[in-house]
Amino acid sequence: MPFNPHTPDDVEQMLAAIGAKKIDDLFDEIPKELRIESLAGIPDALNEMQIGRLMAARAAQDGTPLNFIGAGAYDHHIPSAVWAVTTRGEFYSAYTPYQAEASQGTLQLIYEYQTMITSLTGMQVSNASLYDGGSAVAEASLMAIRAHRKSKSQRILVPTSVHPNYRKVAVATATGQGVRFEEVPCPKGYLSVADLAKYQGEDITAIVIQQPNFFGVLEDVDAITDWAHANGTMVIGSVNPTSLAILKPPGEWGAKGADIACGDCQPLGVPLSSGGPYAGFLTTRMEYVRQMPGRIVGRTVDATGHQGFALTLQAREQHIRRGKATSNICTNQGLLVTAATIYLSLLGPEGLARVANECHRATQELVAALTRVKGVKLAFERSRFHEAVLQLDRPVAPVLVELARRGIVGGFDLSNDYPELGNALLVCATETRTAADIKAYADALAETLKAAVRAA
Amino acid sequence: MAMLKHPEKIIFEYSRPRRGAYGQWPTEPDSPNAVASDIPENLRRRKPAMLPEVSELEVVRHFTRLSQLNFSIDTHFYPLGSCTMKYNPKACNQYAMLPGFLSRHPLAPESTGQGFLACMYELQEMLKEVTGMQGVALSPMAGAHGEFAGVAMIRAYHRARGDLARNEIIVPIAAHGTNPATATMCGCVVREIPVNDEGDVDVEALKAAVGPNTAGIMLTNPSTCGVFERRIKEVAKIVHDAGGLLYYDGANLNAILGKVRPGDMGFDVIHMNLHKTFSTPHGGGGPGAGAVGVSARLLPFMPIPVVGKDGDKYRWLSEKDLPQSIGRLSAFMGNAGVLLRAYIYMRMLGREGMHRVGEFATLNANYLMARLAKAGFDPAYPARRASHEFIITAKRQARDLGVTAMDFAKRLLDYGFHAPTTYFPLLVPECLLIEPTETESKEALDGFIDAMIAIQKEAESQADFVRSAPHTMTVRRLDDVRAARQLDLVWKPAAA
Amino acid sequence: MSNIPADLKYTKSHEWVRTLANGNVEVGITDHAQGALGDLVFVEVPEAGKNLGAGDAFAVVESVKAASDVYAPIAGAVLEGNPALGSQPELINSEPYGAGWIARMKPNGAPGGLLTAAEYQAHLAAEG
Repeated sequence: MPFNPHTPDDVEQMLAAIGAKKIDDLFDEIPKELRIESLAGIPDALNEMQIGRLMAARAAQDGTPLNFIGAGAYDHHIPSAVWAVTTRGEFYSAYTPYQAEASQGTLQLIYEYQTMITSLTGMQVSNASLYDGGSAVAEASLMAIRAHRKSKSQRILVPTSVHPNYRKVAVATATGQGVRFEEVPCPKGYLSVADLAKYQGEDITAIVIQQPNFFGVLEDVDAITDWAHANGTMVIGSVNPTSLAILKPPGEWGAKGADIACGDCQPLGVPLSSGGPYAGFLTTRMEYVRQMPGRIVGRTVDATGHQGFALTLQAREQHIRRGKATSNICTNQGLLVTAATIYLSLLGPEGLARVANECHRATQELVAALTRVKGVKLAFERSRFHEAVLQLDRPVAPVLVELARRGIVGGFDLSNDYPELGNALLVCATETRTAADIKAYADALAETLKAAVRAA
Repeated sequence: MAMLKHPEKIIFEYSRPRRGAYGQWPTEPDSPNAVASDIPENLRRRKPAMLPEVSELEVVRHFTRLSQLNFSIDTHFYPLGSCTMKYNPKACNQYAMLPGFLSRHPLAPESTGQGFLACMYELQEMLKEVTGMQGVALSPMAGAHGEFAGVAMIRAYHRARGDLARNEIIVPIAAHGTNPATATMCGCVVREIPVNDEGDVDVEALKAAVGPNTAGIMLTNPSTCGVFERRIKEVAKIVHDAGGLLYYDGANLNAILGKVRPGDMGFDVIHMNLHKTFSTPHGGGGPGAGAVGVSARLLPFMPIPVVGKDGDKYRWLSEKDLPQSIGRLSAFMGNAGVLLRAYIYMRMLGREGMHRVGEFATLNANYLMARLAKAGFDPAYPARRASHEFIITAKRQARDLGVTAMDFAKRLLDYGFHAPTTYFPLLVPECLLIEPTETESKEALDGFIDAMIAIQKEAESQADFVRSAPHTMTVRRLDDVRAARQLDLVWKPAAA
Repeated sequence: MSNIPADLKYTKSHEWVRTLANGNVEVGITDHAQGALGDLVFVEVPEAGKNLGAGDAFAVVESVKAASDVYAPIAGAVLEGNPALGSQPELINSEPYGAGWIARMKPNGAPGGLLTAAEYQAHLAAEG
C-alpha cells in the first residue's frame, strides 16, 4: 500500500478504540453476498520506479512531432514560471475555496483572473470558469434563455462556422432542457447578414458568433451583432483569448456590444495535453450577473474591516438552489485558471499582442509556403487570424498519415464535418513554429503529394 | 504553519508602464508590433486590454505568496466529508506531464497517440473492474458532468424503447445538490423521498413513489449520511420492477473500493469522481473528471469518444461506432491530463492496494467517530458503523452554548485543520460531515480529536471567542452579506 | 418567537396578505421566513401587469445561504412590485410587514383559502 501510513501497531490500537476485532468487522453492515474478496482484473501494483519506466516508454512511443493543428487547441510557448508556480502544493492540492479564510490565495487569484478576462473580452463581469469552450457555448445559450425576458422560443442560431465539436457539445448538453439549436450554413467560410435574412422578424433568443471562426476566417461581427440586436436577439461571442490582444473584443461589437462572451482559456498557458484539462471562460454584462452559472468570487471585508475575498452569489448554485439552480456545475477548472492568470500576468498586454501578431505572421507564411506546393489551394480569400483552410487535390486522410510518418502533424481533416468543402484541411502556425519548421512541412508535403502521384 | 500576516496586493497594483517579463515575449520589446494590414481596421482592438505590466520576479513572488495563503492537502489535514481529500501523489503529476503526453494535440492522428491511448484503454478496463460495470466512458469533465451523462443515458434508454412517459427521477432528500440540479438539466422532474432515522432510504415511501413515470433513482451508497444503504438490493428490485433504472453517485466510492462493486448492487449507471477516489488534484476547484460506467443495456448510449481496440491498435470510437450515443460532452476527449493521473494512481495501488483503500478509509473514520463519541460529541447515527465518513451534530452546542457547527469549523482553522463539511446533508441540523481518508496517520487523527476537545472546552467557557473565530488567519470571518449586496467582482483602478 | 400580526392573512408557504382600503392587496413574506433566510441580498419582484394564479411563483428572495421562490397567495394581477427592494433588499428583514412589502395585486374575486394569524401560528408550531 504505497500511501497508507498505518503500521500493525496503529491498526491494533485503533481497533481497540473502536471495539472491533478486525478491520473486516467494520463492514458487517454490508450484506455478505455483496462483498468481494479481490479484484482479479486489476494488475499487480507497480512501485514508482516501475510506473515511471512504463509511462516514459509510452510517452516516448508517441514522441513529439511538429504540430500544425489548431482547431480549438493551440500550441503556444508556456513560460516555465507558469507551471512551476501552478503545481505548488498549495495550489495543486487545495480544495474549492468554500472556507474563505483558509483559501484567500485561490480566491484572490480568481478575482484577478475575473478582472483580466473581463477586460480582455471587453465585458463587465466574469465567472471563475467552466469546463471548456464547448460547454461554455452550451452554458451561454442556457444563460441567454434565462436572461432574455421577452423571447420565448428558446431558438439559438449557430452558424456552421462555429467549431463543430462546440456545436455538438451544445446540442448534447442543452437540448434536454428544450433548447433548439438551428444551424446556419456558411458555405463561403463565414456568416453574412444576407444568410440571416430568413430569420428577420422571428423570435430568436440568441445567435452564437465565433471570432475568428473555426476556419480562421474573420466574421463581420459588427454587422451581425447589430442585425441581431435589431431583431431582439441576444449575441453570444465565442472567442479566442490570444486573438483578443489585437482583435476587437465582443464587448465592442456593433453598437451595443455582445451580451455574453465565452471561449476556452487553453491558449493562455495550458498545454495541449492530448485534449485537456482546459478551462472555459464566460463573461457578460453586469445586468446578467445573476444568470451566470458557476462560481464567482467577490471582494469584501472581514470582521475588522480588512480586505478579503469570498465566493459570492452562491444562492444560484446547485448546493443551495438544487433543482432550480442555474446549472448543475460544481467543480470547475481551478488549476487551469491559476495557470492562465499567471500566463497573462507574465505576457502583459504588449506581450500577448506580440504573440498574436507572431501567430498571424507565421500562419501567413505557412499558407504561402504550402500553397506553393502543387495540388494545394487556399479555400477562402478573406482576412483571417492564425488558421486557414487549404484544399488538396486528393483525400486528406492518407496525406496526414504519411506526414505523421515523417514526424509532422499536418492539420485537421475537415472532410468529415464539412463534406461540402471537399478535400479540405485546416492548418495553423503559432508563434512557436519557426521558418525552418514551416519549410520542413512544405518539403514533406511536396514529397508526399509527388510520391502519391507517382504511385497512382 | 505560519500564515502571512500582511495580505498580498492585487497584481495590478504592481503594474508600471512598460514593465514586463520580456524573456517571455516572442519578439524584442523595441521591435515593431503593428497589427498586420490585412486585418481590417474595424475589426482591430483599439485600446489594449488591462493586463498587469510587471516583471517576471514580481509575478513569481506575487503568486507564490498567494499560494502561501491557502490550506492544501500538502500542508493540512482536510477531513472534508464527501470530498475524499487524500494525498495527491507527486508521481501522478510528474509522469502525466511528460513531454510526449503534454505536447500532443487532441486531434493528432491516432498513429501518434498509441501510448496515450493504451493508458486510456487500460484505465477504462480497470474502472470497469472496480465498479463491476460493462462499459466506461472517460469524457465527462467533473462529477456533475458525469451525473448529467448518467441521467441523459437513462432518458435515452427509455425513449429508445418508446417509453416516453418516464421523466421522473427519484432523489432522497439527503442527496447532494447536484443530483436534483442534474435531473432538471435533463428535462426531468424531481421526486424527493425521505430518509429514515437510521440514515437509510425510506423503503415504504419509495414503493409509493415508483410507477409508470419513473425514469430512475439517483443514490449514493454509502449514503450522504455516511452509512451503508443496507436494503440496497431491495431498493434496486423495487425500482427495476417498476421499470426504472438505478443511478449511482460515486462520490463515496472510496468507502467501498475493493470491497463492494456498484454493478453487483444492481446499479445500471455510475459516475466516478476521479478527483476524489482516484486522487487527482483538487486544484483549488478543479479540474475533475467524472468517468461514467454502464451496465450492458446502456452501452449503446455512452457519451463519445470512448477508446476502442482493434487487434493491437487503439482508436477512438465516435458517433459512427455508437449511433445511439447521448453525444459529445467535451470539445475533445475530456480532461486527458486528469485521466492520466488517475491511471498512474491506479497502477501504483494495484490489486492489493485497491482492496486496502476501502479498508483503511473505513478504519480511520470509525476510529475518529469512536473517539469523538467518547469525548462527548454526538454522532448523528450512533448505532451505525461509519463508512469512510460520518456525521457529528453540533445541535446541542448550538442550543445550549450558542456555538454552531460553522463556529467549530472556523475555530478549527486556528488549530491548523481545515474544517469538515458543514451543513450537508441538509437533513441533519448543525452537522459536521467528517471524512479522514486512508492516507492520514493515527497522529493526524489524534491531533484533530484533541483540537475538537479543546474547542468544546472553549465553547463552554468563552463562547464569544469561538463564535468570532478564526483569529489567526490572514483574514477574520468575512462579510458574505456585503459580498453579495455590494458586488465587487472586478478590480478597478482608483479614479485618476 | 416570530411576529405574526393579527390583522393579516397568511399562507402555509409563509406569505402574508393585507387587504387595502380600495380592495387591492399587499403581499410579502413573514417574519419567520425572513429569519430563516437570513440577511437578504437580492429580491426579484414581479412586473406590473402580470397575471397570477394562486400558488404561482412570482418573486425570488435571495440570501447568502438560500434563494427561495415566493408564491402568490391569491389569484390576481400585479399592480406593482416594491421598487425600494432593488437597492434595499434588507427592508424585508427589518420591516417584513411594512416597508418590506413585495407586491401589490388586484385580486380576482374575494381572496380565499388563507390562514388566520392563529392558524398560521399553529402551522409554524407543527412544522417544528
